[in-house]
Amino acid sequence: MTQYLLSVHYVEGQGATPPEEMQEAFEAVDTFNKKLMESGQWVFGGGLHTPDMSTVVDATGAQTVTTDGPFSEAKEQIGGFWIIEAADLDAALAIAAEGSAACRGPVEVRPFQDEPPADADA
Amino acid sequence: MTDAPTADDIARVFRDESGRCIATLVRVLGDIDLAEDAVQEAFVTAAQRWPVDGLPPNPGAWITTTARNRAIDRLRRESSREHRETEATAMATPNEPLDVGPLPDDQLRLIFTCCHPALSDEAHIALTLRLIAGLHTPEIAAAFLVPEATMAQRIVRAKKKIKATNLPYRVPDAAELPDRLRSVLAVLYLIFTEGHRSSTSTDLVRRDLCAEAIRLTRLVCDLMPEEPEAVGLLALLLLTDSRRETRVVDGVLVPLPDQDRERWDRDEIAEGHDLVRRCLRRNHPGAYQVQAAIQAVHTDADTAASTDWVQILALYDLLVPFAPTPVVQLNRAVAVAEVRGPDEALAEVELLDLDGYVPFHAVRADLLRRVSRTAEAAVEYDRAVSLSPSDPERRYLEQRRAALA
Repeated sequence: MTQYLLSVHYVEGQGATPPEEMQEAFEAVDTFNKKLMESGQWVFGGGLHTPDMSTVVDATGAQTVTTDGPFSEAKEQIGGFWIIEAADLDAALAIAAEGSAACRGPVEVRPFQDEPPADADA
Repeated sequence: MTDAPTADDIARVFRDESGRCIATLVRVLGDIDLAEDAVQEAFVTAAQRWPVDGLPPNPGAWITTTARNRAIDRLRRESSREHRETEATAMATPNEPLDVGPLPDDQLRLIFTCCHPALSDEAHIALTLRLIAGLHTPEIAAAFLVPEATMAQRIVRAKKKIKATNLPYRVPDAAELPDRLRSVLAVLYLIFTEGHRSSTSTDLVRRDLCAEAIRLTRLVCDLMPEEPEAVGLLALLLLTDSRRETRVVDGVLVPLPDQDRERWDRDEIAEGHDLVRRCLRRNHPGAYQVQAAIQAVHTDADTAASTDWVQILALYDLLVPFAPTPVVQLNRAVAVAEVRGPDEALAEVELLDLDGYVPFHAVRADLLRRVSRTAEAAVEYDRAVSLSPSDPERRYLEQRRAALA
């Protein structure tokens, strides 16, 4: 079993979805989520507020600096995500396809690292 | 031949057997790097032992068993440190000496892993040549004209992604198979065309790619004999390859009608025709099968003049829905010129958006010549010459240009 991050990507300011379609997408995602929970593949998931609601905290220096976000000025942003557990990449990709159809956005599938190994891989 | 094998003999065994050994070890160990290292070590041992002991009766089985034992010894030694999952896989069956017998599916599974859509197109080719064909990284780098470090990096990254994403080793199920097989066949076709393109050069490493592509396609056909497009691809590659020795003479490209048909490879033609007939009987046409049928018509003609162009045009009409690309339309236009004349062909060529594609300019130049628009033909030949990356092709086009006056 491997855990995967399924992140939903969108381009800011590109075609706002009409409200009735939004409603359909919400319902589809809800159904999809329930299915994931029933199959035991659900770890966590949710939709995010828009990037302008974010705050960046940087404590790498002597003082903690807090600024109005987002961190990345890129147009492409994450709108929401799931964390799932799947047998292998093919299983994760199949789930991602369902999720993408439900939320009407492309989904990036990215594996979580295993617990750090004791020594570096050759 | 139980004589002590030479280094060349061992190299040949490596070439013939390493793909199968690696595929089996990947199944047993669940890890590509471990499998490759183990097979490599087993060949080092073989290079020491075989010259003394003689070649074992089944060298591939010897390599696989030796590699498996080495890998398991190593895993036991290192078991406290790393590869916990892999170790579990291998240790779960510690006393089953026969589980290294090759399953026909081992290589098939690994081909589908190498050509998985989650990996880049470049990675598909590199991994297939390395893991299935048993080529070394420097050979692959030379074949694709990229620095060795670049190719090594590409392979390392792809293998890392296979591991990190837990990309499975399996033959896709029926629902996914058509798409996934298409990508495997596309990789084999690309490997061939890369070699075929370079048959206009004298670079032997690159010419080997054609032989490798045919060998791998044959393997896929053996493993999936019910897939008509795999058979079609094999036929297409054999029939195209049959003309290899006649495509360039004295450093100048020779187009199909002018090739010396006596020197076409009769064995490849016979096998290719046989495969095309098999496809026709099955009657599930696809892009590779139809292209193979077109090549079969060409190779069936004793002279260029006796080529059945009506049949070829009919096959192109069949091909277009499977491969609706401007390149196919361009090739179809060549048949149109033979059947209905150059005017009609030229009218179709003018509609194609292929500016910058050398064959487009070469075909257009030839059609303009045939309808006596000589000045325009010259401009078109010049354009083709300026774009062509291949010396033999450029010399041929320059000769045609010179013959206009």
